[in-house]
Amino acid sequence: MSLLALREVTRTVIPQDQPALTILNGVNLTIEPGDHVSIVGRSGSGKSTLLNMLGLLDTPTSGEITFDDRPVKQYSTAQRDRLRGSAIGFVFQQFNLLPGRTALENVTMPLLYASGRTFWRRTKIAAEMLALVGLEHRLNSLPDRLSGGEQQRVAIARSLVRGPRLILADEPTGALDLDTGQSVMELIDEVAARTGAAQVVITHDPAIARRARRHFRLDRGVLTAVDDPSLEPLTRRDRREPASPAEGSSAPSETIVLERGDA
Amino acid sequence: MRAVTAVVGALLEAWQEVRVHRTRVLLSLVGVAVAVCSLTTVVALGAILQQANQELSERSSGRPASLNVSAYRTDGGTLDVEQMDAAWSQVVARYGVSYASRVQTTTQLVPFPDGVVPVMTQAVDQPYGEMHRVQLTDGEWFSTLDGEQFAPRLIVNEIFWDRMGRPPLSSHPVVALGGQSVPNASSGIPPGGVVAVVVGVTPSATWETEPSMFMLTSQLQTIQDAASGERGSSSAAEIPGGGGGPQTMYEMWVPPEISDQLTELVKRDLAAALGDGADVQVNRNDWGSYAGDPFLVTRLVVGGIAVLVLLLGALGLVNIALVTVKQRVREIGIRRSFGATASRVFFAVMMESVVATVVAGAVGVIVSILVVQSPAMRDVIGQGMISDFPPFPVDAAITGLVAATLVGAVAGLLPALVAVRVKVIDAIRY
Repeated sequence: MSLLALREVTRTVIPQDQPALTILNGVNLTIEPGDHVSIVGRSGSGKSTLLNMLGLLDTPTSGEITFDDRPVKQYSTAQRDRLRGSAIGFVFQQFNLLPGRTALENVTMPLLYASGRTFWRRTKIAAEMLALVGLEHRLNSLPDRLSGGEQQRVAIARSLVRGPRLILADEPTGALDLDTGQSVMELIDEVAARTGAAQVVITHDPAIARRARRHFRLDRGVLTAVDDPSLEPLTRRDRREPASPAEGSSAPSETIVLERGDA
Repeated sequence: MRAVTAVVGALLEAWQEVRVHRTRVLLSLVGVAVAVCSLTTVVALGAILQQANQELSERSSGRPASLNVSAYRTDGGTLDVEQMDAAWSQVVARYGVSYASRVQTTTQLVPFPDGVVPVMTQAVDQPYGEMHRVQLTDGEWFSTLDGEQFAPRLIVNEIFWDRMGRPPLSSHPVVALGGQSVPNASSGIPPGGVVAVVVGVTPSATWETEPSMFMLTSQLQTIQDAASGERGSSSAAEIPGGGGGPQTMYEMWVPPEISDQLTELVKRDLAAALGDGADVQVNRNDWGSYAGDPFLVTRLVVGGIAVLVLLLGALGLVNIALVTVKQRVREIGIRRSFGATASRVFFAVMMESVVATVVAGAVGVIVSILVVQSPAMRDVIGQGMISDFPPFPVDAAITGLVAATLVGAVAGLLPALVAVRVKVIDAIRY
């Protein structure tokens, strides 16, 4: 049973007075529970649109997205929003902490969209999550009083506070120095391993991408699996994503295309 | 359960937003608070003026429905007062009218320390005080037993009381009526004059300069009878110390819904009792008898001003709210990515506006109450004519709060619509 699957997903937009533009083209990607996937791609390759699809924020022009093997289009918009809130956690490059709110208030924010005991115990849960990322002494600090690493830790605590089954990390270390970036990624890996959450990391950094178990490259809307993201500046293996990681582990037929990439 | 947490959560979000952006919120809400304060003040002043006008009108012309009865002879003769009084008493008893009064206006000479002064006197029956909302600053209105007292009871205005030296009413201060006859009498009470006891004081309007007083018609009659007996005269008009001859009016306060029917019945019965040659007129002069709503124009003008004031406040708020929500696109995107539904974002942005304007509205209403109830404003509004200043109208306060809430909802609508159209990932990444 897959957690999230994209099958032949295509997204086309029609700009005003211009021909149709295909942003994503026949994307296949299957995320299993506890999976760890990295996606690299240059600017304009369709990463934002793919993130929209993975985060259930957009629907494909054609193809199908399933969550827990149920087609997403069967969910109403509000059900999708609630599913996103309870099952998916976002980590952003710019941290995107809410200004003027303390670390505790930021981590409490996703719990405002929960219900039942989780809602009423939100402050306690948020404090425990901040303690988990080592910020129990910074509960009442405002974001502009925190270092970059601390801000990203708050962002990670926020993304994990509802116990998501899928963590979508969009350039999570893009605004951090090398060492801090590494420690932040170790933290995400550690918490994800502890909670069994799957990870999808979109990054430019081959070192960050290498931490994943499976690697993909997005180029002009086409998602291809690669063995080693660090080789991607020189090579692109034009390979369609298999239906499942198990199939992906078998030796696929590959076409190596030489190009100067930016990953 | 989910609905409860959604509402509580949205309110918490709204309150957080207001708290975090308190400077901006405060600045934008100054306009709303001023608008609500103006609206409430205008509505309150309108209501107070209306009530004051109503009360003033009721003091002079009676409460709705007051029937004024007058009778005269068409043959030029003089109406027999005793016959008229008897007929009046019968009509009042027949229809079970609880509030009925004769009203005679005359003058009585009263010796004050600085000289004898003719004092305008209204002789009335005991129910008159309730019928005309007579206000007292001290003492009490005539009781039903006062008519049986040997010494007439008086209710004087403040100018009268001032001229007496403002003696405490508990000391039962007395004045001599009819003092002109023997100005050098050592007792100050002339032969034929009487001692009257002051039992109450009415407030004087600023434009009043002369003393005046109320007394009971039965006691006025006794004085007149005594004086006329002494002088061998039968007419009060001929009494030198009694002032001019009183023309008696008759009033009754009846339920408005039966006033028309009663008008005809009273007219018929009195005419029958007085016999041929007597003409009886029964009229209503209270404000309730005027065609249409006598306060409609006042209300329309006041309402128009209030709506304009509120619209100006709302426009300012919408303007600021729209600019603000465009600056908050990223934040809205973040919230959406963490599970906020479109309706939740819509509701939260709306509530932000409503929560803020309700607080501003409450402040505006409080300021309005302080302004309207301030002594300076009372002087400006009352001009000394309103002795019993009406309390702050609850309607005005409610109107202010409801208007603030509506302004918040309307002003929040446009930003909320903008907020739900935010493209989440675009908002977050760029």
